[in-house]
Amino acid sequence: MERQVVFRNKWLPYLLLMPQIAITIVFFFWPALTSLRLALYRTTPFGDRMFFVGLQNFQRLFASPQYRQSVMTTLVFTASVTLVGVFISLVIALLLNQAIKGRTIYRTAILWPYGVALPVAGVLWMFLMHPTFGIVPYYLDGIINFNFDWILNGQAAMLLVILTAIWTNLGYNVAFFLAGLQAIPQSLLEAAYVDGATRVRSIIHITLPLLSPTIFFLLVMNVVYSLFDTFGLIDAVTKGGPAGATEIMIYKAYRDGIISLNLGSSAAQSVVLMVLAILLTVFQFRFIERKVSY
Amino acid sequence: MRKAKQLVVLLVLSLLVLGAGTASAKVQIDFWYSLGGQLGETVQQLVADFNASQDEYEVVAFFRGAYDESMTAAIAAYRAGNPPHIIQVYEVGTQTMLLSGAIYPVYQLMADHGIDIDWEDFVGAVYSYYTHEDNLYSMPFNSSSPIMFYNKDIFAAAGLDPERPPQTWQEVEEYSRKIIESGAAKYGFTTGWPSWVLLENMHAWHGLPFASQGNGFDGLDVELLINGEFGMMHVSKLAEWHEEGIYHYGGRGDSANWIFMNGDCAMMPHSSALIGSMKQSGLNWGATMLPHWGDPYPKANSIIGGATLWVMKGHSEEEYRGVAKFLEFVAQPEQQAWWHKQTGYVPITNAAAAILEAEGHFEREPYQRVAIDQLNYSPPTSDTRGLRLGNFLEIRNVIEEELEAIFAGAKSVEAGLNDAVRRSNQLLREFAELYQ
Repeated sequence: MERQVVFRNKWLPYLLLMPQIAITIVFFFWPALTSLRLALYRTTPFGDRMFFVGLQNFQRLFASPQYRQSVMTTLVFTASVTLVGVFISLVIALLLNQAIKGRTIYRTAILWPYGVALPVAGVLWMFLMHPTFGIVPYYLDGIINFNFDWILNGQAAMLLVILTAIWTNLGYNVAFFLAGLQAIPQSLLEAAYVDGATRVRSIIHITLPLLSPTIFFLLVMNVVYSLFDTFGLIDAVTKGGPAGATEIMIYKAYRDGIISLNLGSSAAQSVVLMVLAILLTVFQFRFIERKVSY
Repeated sequence: MRKAKQLVVLLVLSLLVLGAGTASAKVQIDFWYSLGGQLGETVQQLVADFNASQDEYEVVAFFRGAYDESMTAAIAAYRAGNPPHIIQVYEVGTQTMLLSGAIYPVYQLMADHGIDIDWEDFVGAVYSYYTHEDNLYSMPFNSSSPIMFYNKDIFAAAGLDPERPPQTWQEVEEYSRKIIESGAAKYGFTTGWPSWVLLENMHAWHGLPFASQGNGFDGLDVELLINGEFGMMHVSKLAEWHEEGIYHYGGRGDSANWIFMNGDCAMMPHSSALIGSMKQSGLNWGATMLPHWGDPYPKANSIIGGATLWVMKGHSEEEYRGVAKFLEFVAQPEQQAWWHKQTGYVPITNAAAAILEAEGHFEREPYQRVAIDQLNYSPPTSDTRGLRLGNFLEIRNVIEEELEAIFAGAKSVEAGLNDAVRRSNQLLREFAELYQ
């Protein structure tokens, strides 16, 4: 039986919730509503002229090849960071879950990158991979004569930001996988070994199904991370370049709004991102929290 | 509970301190600037000198981040009814500021306060960039122009005369080949600020318009003209050279500097404001005017980059008086001469240049006059006085994106330049829509 706290005074719980509600209204609902309104207007940077344009900002947005490229870039980026990141993390977590010497040291080391702020991680990798003075391109060029010039080559730039994004989030993913793995009853695995299952088979048939809630959770979290949290990385390393190759949607919304001062278009882009965020949240609540049973 | 009390005491105390600050006799003038590092210290020194020179006004200079950040902050402050008195805005923001309705034109501010400034004495190419209908709207502060830097040691290693840098693009090509073949460096040249150096300045330098309507000065229905015969020829050459290694694209803004600084390339057209870093680099460097294609194009003048000081609306008469005094101080020949020596930015008046000349400054620092000579090479015409484009920052971004696509081999020169023009024209139309 769960013990429930009962408030005698009907208003007290609301009073106690007030600070949180106030913060949510001021910092979330108010800006969101402002974006919704701004998205329907075209306005000068200083706001001295404002024209109601209906959905024209959205029309222009969806008609723009640059925006469509940005959506594609976001898809590639998000899919790569999420799928590759979660897969690598899973492999590392499985390895770290074994009884090996110095396990704690490895685990700590793997968790470390998560403590590095993303823009800092970006700068770090930028220095390592810089085509002019970076150590990695120096050896790549010297040993296999491969020119890793992400300043001009869009695919190389994409690879660099994907790599950095994965590296930084690795600790987070591994931590959740390790927790998930430890929740799997040893008896099940032992029973499988007694029945003659190989290690790979026991992973596929026992570990992975039991880990599925964690996997789904991490997939959603990584999608959210790639879509909304990687702004600092892009800003610090590629600024969306070269030729727009790493301009993910959130960076474009920032560039168009804050740097180019095209507030209407930027607001419209924010609305698109807002819809995406809402969909992801609904998806998470509907399918993950409810359907996957622990 | 004790914490809360402490907080209240702190709050009251800080209010008292604030109150005391505003109650002091001096009129405070807020000045937002965007120059970091050593340049920022020079700004603070200039402001301190002004404050020490009189006791009525106190200019307080705040570093508000990069140009884009401080402009966004100023816009937010203006919309909230609390703008700074003076803000430093980059040249690409000129049209936006001019049409904002939020500014107090500098010529008018000076006239309203009876301060007589000899506008005729301003360096033509600096003055013209910021004038509207023959009146100066913002006070030139830090102006530079791209010049050709080169590495003398690499020249010597390649068997070239280190005292005879290239004057034409043909020579740049020829020298680069020698440099690469002799193994003196990996590439011939790289460049900073690609759109500004390779297209904006190259059009002016060859006496050609960059955009219609007198480079945008004469109206808002502007279109870019960079996909003309000259633009196509010039960028085609650059693309060919890129393929061959004569030219190496090193990214936007200052990001190509490394390639020059570590000796991977021998030449780099880049902002004259880089002279300070060059001196500290330990390189055996030289500088000369930008290369030119020669006949049939005339050699005109280069155009500036950098920033000016804009005065914002919404303050009292008394405060504006202080602003006018400060701007007068900044424009004084002695201050300009000092500013030039400290920063490498060009002096904005001929009187300041004369002081430097008389001091023998240019004999000691011959490279510091390259940009000045280049800006004064011929009197600015409607094609070479500067650029006045709406959404200019985004246009630069578009141009650089298309150049990147061209140099990466993803687009032909023709397709890239045409796309750059088409996309920029769209941005110009959108800007014009707002102000019609």
